[in-house]
Amino acid sequence: MNVRSATQLASAALALAALSFGAMRFAAAADTPDPVADARAFQKFFTDKFPKVKLDDFVNGPYSMNEDMRRQWEEKEQFPPYDFSLDLGKEMFSKPFRNGKSYADCFPNQGIGIRQNYPTFDEKEGKVVTLELALNRCREANGEAPFSYVKDEMAALTAYMAFTSRGKPFDIKISGDPRALEAYQNGKRYFYTRRGQLNFSCATCHVQNPGERIRAEVLAPALGILNAMPIYRSEWGGMGTTSRRFTTCNSQIRGVPLEPQSEEYRDLEYYLSYVSNGLPISGPGARP
Amino acid sequence: MRNTMLKSALALAASVLIAGAASALAASTEADFKSAYAAAEAANQEAASLRNQWTTTAATLADAKKAAETGDFDAAVALSKEAEALARASTYQATSEKEAWKALEIR
Repeated sequence: MNVRSATQLASAALALAALSFGAMRFAAAADTPDPVADARAFQKFFTDKFPKVKLDDFVNGPYSMNEDMRRQWEEKEQFPPYDFSLDLGKEMFSKPFRNGKSYADCFPNQGIGIRQNYPTFDEKEGKVVTLELALNRCREANGEAPFSYVKDEMAALTAYMAFTSRGKPFDIKISGDPRALEAYQNGKRYFYTRRGQLNFSCATCHVQNPGERIRAEVLAPALGILNAMPIYRSEWGGMGTTSRRFTTCNSQIRGVPLEPQSEEYRDLEYYLSYVSNGLPISGPGARP
Repeated sequence: MRNTMLKSALALAASVLIAGAASALAASTEADFKSAYAAAEAANQEAASLRNQWTTTAATLADAKKAAETGDFDAAVALSKEAEALARASTYQATSEKEAWKALEIR
């Protein structure tokens, strides 16, 4: 091999190495989650799909998609079915624990007008903390038994806290902690992963088919879907928390639900809330 | 001689057929059920480790147990096998979705 061909060979090898390095960097960049770009694309998807629906109106779920349902809902809002729960939540929230402290002692701004900041990422624990979880942790820290995540008491408390935040835009933060980004990405993966015997993901109903009927129900768009939580559902004949919504979604597609407030659900709530950043809290809501 | 050979061949064929039919119709035993049920449960545990069990697997396993309790081991074995197939399908789903979910993502 003469000097010239050796040089050519070396140059070719170098070029190949540079190309592979470039490709690797590109692949890594494509796999790195970018929540800001995700939220922008997510909101654009819905506003493009439903150009007549105003961005803030997506928080009204199926009522933003269906005129007849909207009219019925507007009438129902004169005497909203979640009112009893709201009153109960207010009473519970202000009643001190047996040790004299109260929920207000566990939250910034005494728990008023803060719902839009949850879920939050706890850097000490390295995990997502939802409002429901924070409420039960508050109870336990003050010697009270935790509430069921899917029953009326938790729905009442979160209904009251949501009510004090009505109109405030979701403001979910993803800190610089890489674990926060990982939790966000895990939530996104959960949202798009097909599960259950029906082979549905959350996105199958709430991204691919919002506004369409599934049996008698009009499917809500994923954008703003958590802004209305907790909700009174006529189908349930009562109030339901975000935990209740997630677990029932899973069982409806014939998947065994995870335990409420499992890490997967917390991450899912983190992702779904983040991509609705900027949209107003409208909870408590009412749904058919 | 030729006639005798023909008769023997027919008798042999008939006995093979009868034996085959009898084994196909043989009732399943409790041991068959236990083994089929254990296989289904193991497959469902694998789905649990992937956090992706199906409600239909659990329901079919419960039906299998009920059938066994009434002594209907044929049904119990068939239901156990169905539950195992469901559990394996849920495992397949969880495995394939590890990458497939990305195709649905809004970008």
